[in-house]
Amino acid sequence: MHELALVQSVVEMVTEHAQGRGVRRVKLEIGKFTCVAPDAMRFCFDVVVAGTQLEGACLEIVEVEPLARCRACGETFVQETLWTSCRCGAQDYERMSGEELRVKEYELDADATV
Amino acid sequence: MCETCGCSDGAEVKVVNLETGKALDLASKHLHDDSHYHAHHIHDDNHSHDHVHDHDHDHDHDHSHNHTHHSRASTVLLEQDVLAKNAALAARNRAWFAGREILVLNLVSGPGAGKTTLLERTVRDLRHKQTFFVIEGDQATTNDSLRIKAAGAPVVQINTGSGCHLDADMVAHGLAELKPSFGSVLLIENVGNLVCPAMFDLGESAKVAILSVTEGDDKPIKYPHMFQAASLLLINKIDLLPYVDFELDRCQAYARQVNPAIEIMTLSATTGEGLETWFDWISAASRRERGGTFPQPLEAAMP
Repeated sequence: MHELALVQSVVEMVTEHAQGRGVRRVKLEIGKFTCVAPDAMRFCFDVVVAGTQLEGACLEIVEVEPLARCRACGETFVQETLWTSCRCGAQDYERMSGEELRVKEYELDADATV
Repeated sequence: MCETCGCSDGAEVKVVNLETGKALDLASKHLHDDSHYHAHHIHDDNHSHDHVHDHDHDHDHDHSHNHTHHSRASTVLLEQDVLAKNAALAARNRAWFAGREILVLNLVSGPGAGKTTLLERTVRDLRHKQTFFVIEGDQATTNDSLRIKAAGAPVVQINTGSGCHLDADMVAHGLAELKPSFGSVLLIENVGNLVCPAMFDLGESAKVAILSVTEGDDKPIKYPHMFQAASLLLINKIDLLPYVDFELDRCQAYARQVNPAIEIMTLSATTGEGLETWFDWISAASRRERGGTFPQPLEAAMP
């Protein structure tokens, strides 16, 4: 499962929501710390949409930068690795972004009747 | 298909109740549940459908306003988490456990770290003080369940087929078979895999990662997601330390680098060294679970 299962969930969610209308683009947000390989998602997407109303749709992936806020000094900083600490040396931080895995939006075919 | 771990879908998930010998094929049941779930899922959808409708209006009347919020009339905002379904089912499991004051530990490790031996030993040594139930996750066979059953705990085996992790829905089906009792301890042995199980919440009280000294002391930074998600790290097979190139201090330092809050214990499930600390941890965690004040008043439960 994992990427394939996740892509199946994405296609299921969009298919259900689009209610039979054609879809030409699906936009996903994937955090850089989400344990998901974007290339594997793209590969699986083409396989999964074949024969569905999403066939031919493109998958747009927006990678989200991991941001954390230091609980010691309050600074917000970008994390290079899962364990990058704040410049002040403190390792106590709150992760603000970077673990997303969400369907942001989808685009209907131009001729789709809404 | 999963490039990270090499597993694929089309999983033939099976639940085997070792008490009754009953086998349940989840592959077909899954579909049912999916449709049920969708039927219940409508809240969000209704909202979103209304939303689409709004778009429609804008489209009809405001055709030229391309730069507004409803810029492209054919773009539909969805804003749905892909793991929302698993998260919802995990929350349902968690509430079920809390109401029954059950301590639930999700045991995760790579294959061969000694999870099953540790479970056997835990059940056998502690069962006079604690009531245990076990859910065994493996791709195939009931070998591990038979070992746990022999150790003296009711057990349900979930075979994930080609799947690489347990998810909240599989656990819910396992619970329906196992029916763990009030105030008990449920040990869930996840599929041996240090990658995928980190992403799937089962509704557990805590994830316990197990790492054996035969695996290499840099595992925590090689698989940081798992060690960051775990509350407790058990370093197993320490009786083999003299024979392997494994720096205990370095391993602990790596684990704390990834997760400063992680608790670490060293033990050997074979010789019994260090097990008392682990047993005490379980007993204390179970007491906390039983002393819980569920249901909490809403204002106290909300942050």
